[in-house]
Amino acid sequence: MKKNVLIIGGGPAGMEAAHQINKLGHNVILIEKEHDLGGHLAKWDRLFPTGRNAREVLDTLKENMKGINCFTDTEVKSINILKESYNVILSNGITILADAVLISSGFDLFDAHKKEEYGYGIYDHVITNADLEKYYKTHNDERIKNPKRIGFVHCVGSRDEKVGNIACSKVCCATAVKQACEIKEEFKDAEVICFYMDLRMFGRGYEDLYLKAQKEYGIRFIRGRVSEVSENIDKSLQIKAEDTLSSKPMKVSLDLLVLMAGMRPSKSGNDIGKMLELSTMEDGFFNTKDDFNNLQQSKRPGVFYAGVATGPKTLPETLNEARSAALEIHNYLAETL
Amino acid sequence: MIYEGKQKIWSDYQKEIPDDHYFYVRSCIRQSFFPASEAAFLHITRNILNKDIFETEHHTTCGGIAYHSDAIPQETAMTIIARQFALMKKYGYENYVCSCITSFGLYCETMETWREFPDLKEKIAENLWKSCKLEFAVPKFLVHASDMIYKYRNQIAAHAKFKLVDHKTGKPLKVVEHIGCHYSKMFPSKGVGGAEYPYVLAGMIEAWGGEVVDYPERRHCCGFGFRQYFVKSNRGYSLSNTYKKFESMEPYEPDLIITNCPGCPYFMDRWQYVIAESEGKTYGKNGHGIPVMTYEEVAGLVLGFDPWDLGLQTHQIGPEPLLDKMGIPYNPEEKYKGKNGKDLGQPRQLDCIR
Repeated sequence: MKKNVLIIGGGPAGMEAAHQINKLGHNVILIEKEHDLGGHLAKWDRLFPTGRNAREVLDTLKENMKGINCFTDTEVKSINILKESYNVILSNGITILADAVLISSGFDLFDAHKKEEYGYGIYDHVITNADLEKYYKTHNDERIKNPKRIGFVHCVGSRDEKVGNIACSKVCCATAVKQACEIKEEFKDAEVICFYMDLRMFGRGYEDLYLKAQKEYGIRFIRGRVSEVSENIDKSLQIKAEDTLSSKPMKVSLDLLVLMAGMRPSKSGNDIGKMLELSTMEDGFFNTKDDFNNLQQSKRPGVFYAGVATGPKTLPETLNEARSAALEIHNYLAETL
Repeated sequence: MIYEGKQKIWSDYQKEIPDDHYFYVRSCIRQSFFPASEAAFLHITRNILNKDIFETEHHTTCGGIAYHSDAIPQETAMTIIARQFALMKKYGYENYVCSCITSFGLYCETMETWREFPDLKEKIAENLWKSCKLEFAVPKFLVHASDMIYKYRNQIAAHAKFKLVDHKTGKPLKVVEHIGCHYSKMFPSKGVGGAEYPYVLAGMIEAWGGEVVDYPERRHCCGFGFRQYFVKSNRGYSLSNTYKKFESMEPYEPDLIITNCPGCPYFMDRWQYVIAESEGKTYGKNGHGIPVMTYEEVAGLVLGFDPWDLGLQTHQIGPEPLLDKMGIPYNPEEKYKGKNGKDLGQPRQLDCIR
């Protein structure tokens, strides 16, 4: 008899895990609180470092989901912890007896309003990385009208004790460099400046992207945090920052400022965590059974993690974690039931 | 600018301001700089709004100027403050309102320090008893006097004789609000509206008919900054800060600057003369500067107080263009007459600024 595996979260991790677990012969039920599958990937236009169309990656993941039970617009209402399984009641009225549960709840984007000094939601031409991706997909945003000077602020809501998050969001540096190149392609005459703390271009091809941004696109990188943003009388923005390499304060006027909002633990994921009495680390992401040998397992038998539920990750890392989690679940079901 | 965005932040930073029964402490320097502001506050709250505001001649400086100039250590400043709070308790009050922003910032800092370090709090209580034989107390509510005028802004508007409106055109006056650095920059939650977009003065401007000017250097220090001015060789730095602010607000053509700090109105008022003398530049129309006033002075004008009773003749920048715009009558002959018609003497008239 097939075993039931409930996957909570229909982003890249959940979709890839569903595909793999299904291939391994188990009965998969995936639930997603949003109307569409894909999570943040569905809202992104292109991916670093190669500029690969996000839609192509998502389409592959969706293609692999064919034949898998999937409920969108659906959330978990309650979970009863049984001896060897989990009785999960969904918001659509369906009850599932799950032999294993995979939490692939992803992340919430940091709410840039909280960095009040940057003026998101106050000044017309301050946007976030997510807003810019939406613009790249639709080319429809009143705030972006042929800007001549554009700034990117790295680490918004990440590595920032003031907002209660000292952790690095891992992907923002590469995303900022990618987006800076893309906006330079779109507005060829524009001057583009990135304000960074330090650039963490750790992945394959990332450093190449960073060098290309400087050599081919002429993007300026200023090591220093933006301290405050104001609006000039012509609605352009006045930015104050410090260039820490030359030890000088600087003030520049910009037509557009892009805030690289980082990753925060998913609120809905954490609600599931409370139902299952799962622990989190200081950064708010879930705690794994073991930092080295059991990265996909929670401390509760039969409950597993994949993707950003356990901390910021790139998309390839997330997909690999999903495959790993699928194998862990398969072994668990074989060994214990 | 998205006004709703600011409203959301303002709703996040509201503080509890009791309606009545306050122990009031004055500022060391405001009575010299703006001689009628504190009297106007007491008159408005006690006689117009019928509030119980108590003050005693036994209170002293908070020690803030000495503390921020490194002339006294923190424990000394805390003991002085403990004495102020003890007087509040002695006279039967638990709500404390201060006139000075520096004091307000230091009171906030002191109360937070006592909360974080209870041992230090015990030591200060001991110092207080040994030196003054007074019982240690902490206010239940600490507010700045501008918080109270903010709270009463709509009641003041209901009593208003004049508005922050050009009485000829009906257009709102453009008003710059300048918040003292020590009001909420150190403890955003202690100020109405927080640190980035404070609402305490903006709320008064809106309630009294004016339009708030949001200019790029809105957050910048007025230029006083204690050591920027106290150390004589730094005074150019003080002036350059003020200059930066005026250059930034100039395109918006403000009619008035309203402040809630002892130092800010003084420096923004007086440095306009220095800029005019050294650069030949004025920021108002026809050789005038931009009037800089305390919130009590503006409240007094709105309520119909005589401008000379409010001490506006002691300002460097003449208030007449503002009075004319608001339609407030005044007698130029009375400008330099004190109580009972006593001649105060006229200052030398300047060519560079009016």
